[in-house]
Amino acid sequence: MNSVHTIHGGIHPREEKQLSRPGQVIDAGLPHELILPLSQHIGAPAEPIVSVGDHVKGGQRLAEDQGAVSAAVHAPTSGHITAIDMQPVPHPSGLTNVCIRLTPDHADEWLVLQGLADYRSEPPDTVIAHIRAAGISGLGGAGFPTATKLLARERSAIHTLIINGTECEPYITADDTLMQVAAEQIVAGAEILAHILGAETILYGVEDNKPAALKAMREALAASDDALGQQQVVSFPTKYPSGGEKQLIEILTGEQVPSGGLPADLGIVCQNPGTAVAVRDAVIDGKPLTDRLVTVTGRAVSHASNYRVRLGTPIAHLLALAGFTPGSRQRLIHGGPMMGFALATDAVPVVKTTNCVLAPTQEELPAPPPAQACIRCGLCAEACPASLLPQQLYWYARAKDQEQLEKHHLFDCIECGACSWVCPSSIPLVQYYRAAKSHIVETRDDKQRAERSKGRFEARQERVEREAAERERKRAERKATAQQKAAASEADDPVQAAIARTKARKEQAAQTKDAS
Amino acid sequence: MLGLLTHYPLLTALTALLCLGMVFGALLGFASVKFRTEGNPLAEQINTLLPQTQCGQCGHPGCRPYAQSIADGGAINKCPPGGQETIDALANLLDIESQPLDAEHGVEKESRVAFIREDECIGCTKCIQACPVDAILGAAKLMHTVIADECTGCDLCVEPCPVDCIDMVVRKAGIAHWSWPMPASPEHTNIIATDKEAA
Repeated sequence: MNSVHTIHGGIHPREEKQLSRPGQVIDAGLPHELILPLSQHIGAPAEPIVSVGDHVKGGQRLAEDQGAVSAAVHAPTSGHITAIDMQPVPHPSGLTNVCIRLTPDHADEWLVLQGLADYRSEPPDTVIAHIRAAGISGLGGAGFPTATKLLARERSAIHTLIINGTECEPYITADDTLMQVAAEQIVAGAEILAHILGAETILYGVEDNKPAALKAMREALAASDDALGQQQVVSFPTKYPSGGEKQLIEILTGEQVPSGGLPADLGIVCQNPGTAVAVRDAVIDGKPLTDRLVTVTGRAVSHASNYRVRLGTPIAHLLALAGFTPGSRQRLIHGGPMMGFALATDAVPVVKTTNCVLAPTQEELPAPPPAQACIRCGLCAEACPASLLPQQLYWYARAKDQEQLEKHHLFDCIECGACSWVCPSSIPLVQYYRAAKSHIVETRDDKQRAERSKGRFEARQERVEREAAERERKRAERKATAQQKAAASEADDPVQAAIARTKARKEQAAQTKDAS
Repeated sequence: MLGLLTHYPLLTALTALLCLGMVFGALLGFASVKFRTEGNPLAEQINTLLPQTQCGQCGHPGCRPYAQSIADGGAINKCPPGGQETIDALANLLDIESQPLDAEHGVEKESRVAFIREDECIGCTKCIQACPVDAILGAAKLMHTVIADECTGCDLCVEPCPVDCIDMVVRKAGIAHWSWPMPASPEHTNIIATDKEAA
């Protein structure tokens, strides 16, 4: 387990990590309003259980998780619910979504929190229920609900838990800082996760550009009672995107997650250090996820640092703390420079997946030059960490050839942006793949829908025909019975009888006339 | 017999050909009975490409009849719900030139779904009878409602409604249905970066 492996491709962009002084945490304090989106995770949005005007305490649940893949939302402080409405949220679309707005009363009154006294004696399901109740979703960036991820133990036996402290994206130092200031909590959280999963081994993967974090983690590990015995901090050479879940697994174990598969298929689960701390807080202290570390950095802010931020804090508040001076055509990026997205407004709040707010100057991160034609140089294929053929995918995406895109494993693309970074023609390759992916998903959806409506249409058609046939049959039946009746009653028909009687009488009269 | 055949090679050849012909004829005859395809397989293939909205905008009573008409050599550009994508797919299948959508039959719109304003509904059941996929629930003099997941957005229920309480709303609205747009192709961008700066 000591040897580290290497992944295909990868790039070495400027790191810029020292800009935000990793290891230092500043409390961001309380803004005048907290904006809590109901959808801060992947999956179904949470459902509000409070109404406008309610007074809530810190840690109180504001919105209930819905269904299997969802996460609850809690109040990060005490205050009044002022609105539940559409607000701008951090999303590449720049659209609005439903948010609960909370005005803090600055008393910061909290509910009495109740953790588990001894999680080791509890069955895993109880501990998972605790994590679900705390509304924890992955803090690394994707935001997958942690409780749902832990259910992997039901599908396959998990032997290894990986704590992903790679943080390979430039600028971001939130995990680095967390490892320096809260290494013991990370280890405690990882032990809880390993207990739930039944994993025997815990690997802490950290890139070698974070010596302070590595040292802190090693010390914390040495100090822990180490009930599992099989824990190890692994350092490996810095390269982007080593922090991708599948990439890190390959680096640490040499095994590749099969195409379309999950790490659980290999008996591995990955978690972010921040998630581990959130799990520890939820299980030991009973504290829901209401804050996180956020790196605020870039050369357009004077006090770049890591801030402890309550979820829902508007990014404008953070930027003001960090001494933000917007330049001309200032861009604000949610996440890192590689995988992040530009924000339309600084009114959006910090959510569970906000690891970094980047405010670069124009010179620092210039807008990409216009794309030019692909010259088929093949640099993208060399850089791709998933060993795909980005150039082929690009052509097929432009031709909308879905069959070929799937054949070339478009869905194994992790959207890391390494291909766009090396592209000498500045083609926004990842955007093509993202668009193509959603287009394929949409087409699949439409096909399914069409199939179903076809079935329903045919069923209805059949029913309509059957009903028509039924009516026809009944009409024929009625006609037949009427005819039968007529035939049967011909003999004793009173009209006929009357006619016959009259005829007979007339004849009789004629006869008597003749006779006389 | 054998002697006759050895003496007349032509006869041998003819007999052999005759035998082969009979064997393969029997085989073909058997196959044609055994593997008979019911209906027109081409129409079936075309039908799977159509969006199954059953809206009748093409002038046919449903997607299947339209597929049949295409199989019989009819125009392929009469389906507005399918839009250009369906026309291209049909052209690809039939190996003919693709055409733009015939505007006479309507224009391409985003996928929609019927919505009944329930407090205005009088329970006349007219929309239920009009719905080609049984996506409307209700009974006489009772409120009706649309099963949104089953609605194909065909518009056929809107006309019969005597109180005009049916709206067609966009199916995929909001942030959950947003997807990344395809970038403009490089051929359409300004090559000189300073052009963009000035703008």
